[in-house]
Parts: sequence; C-alpha cells; structure tokens
Amino acid sequence: MTTILSKEDFIIVKEQDVVPFRNKVKEAAVKIGMGILNQTKLITAASELVRNLLKYGGGGMVIIESVNNGRENGIRLIFADKGPGIADVSLAMKDGYSTGKSLGLGLPGTKRLVNEFDIQSTVGMGTTVTIIKWKNG
Amino acid sequence: MNTNKTVKILKEKKETILELWTTKQKAEDSYFNTDDQKEDSEDFATSFLDALSDATIEDQNSRGYDKVHEVLMGISVSRAKRGFSPRETGSYLFSFKEALLEVLSNEIEDPSILYKESLKISKIIDNMAILTFEGYIKGREDVIARQTDEITEISTPVIRVWDGVVALPIIGTLDSARTQVVMENLLQQIVETGSTIAILDISGVPAVDSLVAQHLIKTVSATRLLGAECIISGIRPEIAQIVVHLGIDLSNIITKSTLASALQTAFNMLKLEVNKKKVTYTNS
Ligand SMILES: Nc1ncnc2c1ncn2[C@@H]1O[C@H](COP(=O)(O)OP(=O)(O)O)[C@@H](O)[C@H]1O
Ligand SMILES: [Mg+2]
Repeated sequence: MTTILSKEDFIIVKEQDVVPFRNKVKEAAVKIGMGILNQTKLITAASELVRNLLKYGGGGMVIIESVNNGRENGIRLIFADKGPGIADVSLAMKDGYSTGKSLGLGLPGTKRLVNEFDIQSTVGMGTTVTIIKWKNG
Repeated sequence: MNTNKTVKILKEKKETILELWTTKQKAEDSYFNTDDQKEDSEDFATSFLDALSDATIEDQNSRGYDKVHEVLMGISVSRAKRGFSPRETGSYLFSFKEALLEVLSNEIEDPSILYKESLKISKIIDNMAILTFEGYIKGREDVIARQTDEITEISTPVIRVWDGVVALPIIGTLDSARTQVVMENLLQQIVETGSTIAILDISGVPAVDSLVAQHLIKTVSATRLLGAECIISGIRPEIAQIVVHLGIDLSNIITKSTLASALQTAFNMLKLEVNKKKVTYTNS
C-alpha cells in the first residue's frame, strides 16, 4: 500500500516553467531526507519527463507527491499531457529512438534512474508517465 | 443623443474630473510630476467618457469599453515596466473612480438616485480593475524576460586562463537558448585569442540531462571544427553516474572532475610544465 503524505500540482506550459518545477522537486526530495545521489537521479528524471511533456505533449500538468510504502518515504511524480500520445510505446522506450532529433535517451534513461516507472499513452488522447524514487532506493 | 443624467453630467464635467483626479494622483503617487502621466490620464479619461453612453452605463461588460480597456492595459503595462508598485498602479484607476463619484455627488441631490448611479459607475470601474492587474503582471513578465536575457549574456564569460587556453564556467541551467549564447561566445573567443584549447566547466550546472548532454556534445564538435580541443571539467561524481545511467556516451570527449585537472591536461597538450621555482639562498 502506498499512502500519500502530501501533494502539489503544477501547470507546465512554457520553457520557463521547467526550472521552478525542478526546484520544487528538489525541495520535496530534501524534505524527506533523500541523499544527494538519489536526489540528482530524481531531478534528472524529472527534467527529462518535463521536457518531453513540453516538447511532445504541448504542455500539461505535473503532480509532486511525498509517499510512503510502509517501509520508507519516497517521491512520486505524475506527468500528464493531452498531446498526440505515443503510437508504439515499446519503440519509444528504446535507447536512441527519437522523433525529435535528440538523443532518444529520455524515456529509457529515466526508467534506469528511478525505482518505479509507468507509462500510459493513447494516440490522440495524451500521455501519462508516473515515476517513484524511494528515499534509499 | 444620451438622455441618462449621469452620462450627461460626467461628459460635461470632464475638466473638473481631470482636475480632481490629478490632485488625488499627486497625493497617492510619489513620482507624479511628468507630463506623460498627465497625457496618459487625459487619454484614459477621454476614452472613458467617450465610451460612456445610455447603453454602456447599464452594462459593464459592453464591447463599447474595448477602447478604454486597451488604453488602460497599455498604461498598466508601462507602469509596471517603469517600476511603479502594484498599489500605485491600482490606485490610479481607483482615484479616477473617486473623482467620478465626487462629481456625481456634487451634481445629484436625491440620495437614492445618487446611490444607484454611483453603483453603476463603481461596477464599471471595478470590472476594469482586473485588467489593471493583468496588465501589471504582463509588464512585470516582460521585465523578467528581459532580465533573463541579460543574465544569460553576462553569465557566460569566457576567461583566458593561459596563452592559448580559454575557460568557460557555466552556472545554472543549460537550455537551448543559453547553449546558443555559450557556443557563440566560446567560438568567437577561440578565434579572437587564437586558442587551441577550450575548457568548459560545468560544476555550476545543477542537472545534466540528455538535452544538456546533447548541447555539450554539439559545443565540443563545433570547437573541433575550428581546430581546437575542448575539455569538459567539473563533472561531479553523482553527475558522472547519472550520465552513465542515462546511456550518454561521452567517451569521445575529454572529461575531468576539476578545472585544475583540466588545466593540467591543457598544459600537457601544449607541452608546458609547471615547476616549483628553485630558490637558492645566498649569504650576503
Ligand atoms: N509526452 C509525450 N507525448 C508524445 N510523444 C512522446 C512523449 N514523450 C516521449 N514521446 C516520444 O517518445 C520518443 C522518445 O522520447 P525520449 O526517450 O525522451 O527521447 P527524445 O526526447 O530525445 O526524443 C520521443 O521522440 C517522442 O516521439
Ligand atoms: Mg526526451
């Protein structure tokens, strides 16, 4: 069982929203006492996903939650957009696959940086990516 | 022709309204003295009184106020840019309302009519207050955007650390716009100083994600096209790990953990040696 300890949401519509959002993620991670390595992993993952949300999803909403799984605390981030969606998710998850002339490492790299990773996407409806980084995970 | 009494009174008393308003503004506004401000006020009062009619006075959302809204928006934006406080910007409009109400109370004797008419004017002005707010915020946002541009420029200094070696410390986020500035500065300095080695120090970059990495790789390639070598320094241990997890290949790039070790590498490449000076003591 994962319980939610606190929750905050952000609207992301422009490039300038990225830095303040990332600072909020850092704040949340520091608050639960996450170490610098895991903090940086989480912030980097958040950075990748928020860029995708802007670049491909045309902006959207992110929820930052402090959660507990009975053993330890963690940070859960939910990135939701109402963009075009992804036709082939397993292809998008491949290292080096990009439709945007970039490195194609955002999604697969993020998955390696966090403890839990879930992606739901429907063409024409949008994409939701949920990640959790546990304090000592 | 307008038959509404309030509309008539206000249109006729334009000069009085302006005078009253100016006095009130002077009292509220520490900076009130410029002629532009008088001009702004006259523009606004004129457009407001022109818009006021039998129809518009009954409907604060009337399209008839479009021109007034435009003028007010412009004034609010420009006030924000000139450093007026939100209170000063807001009281500009509210002191106008006070002037209108004062004129009405001098001209309308019946208290119940006065009350009804004052309420109409209040509604119209209060409806405009939200615009002042929006205009003010927009003005501030323009200021912030301009400052961001300035910071981007001043925060990318290229330092000549040695003959033939330039260093560029990057502090903050390396987004696309910033990379462009960084790259241009760096390439220009390499050419101007005839340098063969450039050191890009990223100790001040909070997170290296795949976009930042791509920008770094691009900058290194551009440097090489000029015939110079580029060293990236300031890669903290946690950043090094994350770069690997992300799957970013920096193996073609010379990376160092500190600026000092990057400089050492640069010296080696230039076949320079730094030695402790031999001090010989002579008895005199
Ligand atoms: N939120 C999203 N909406 C639509 N498509 C997306 C979204 N996020 C990722 N994608 C698709 O998945 C691909 C891979 O994403 P990613 O691994 O982050 O690499 P990159 O951002 O370098 O393209 C993208 O090129 C894009 O086609
Ligand atoms: Mg990406």
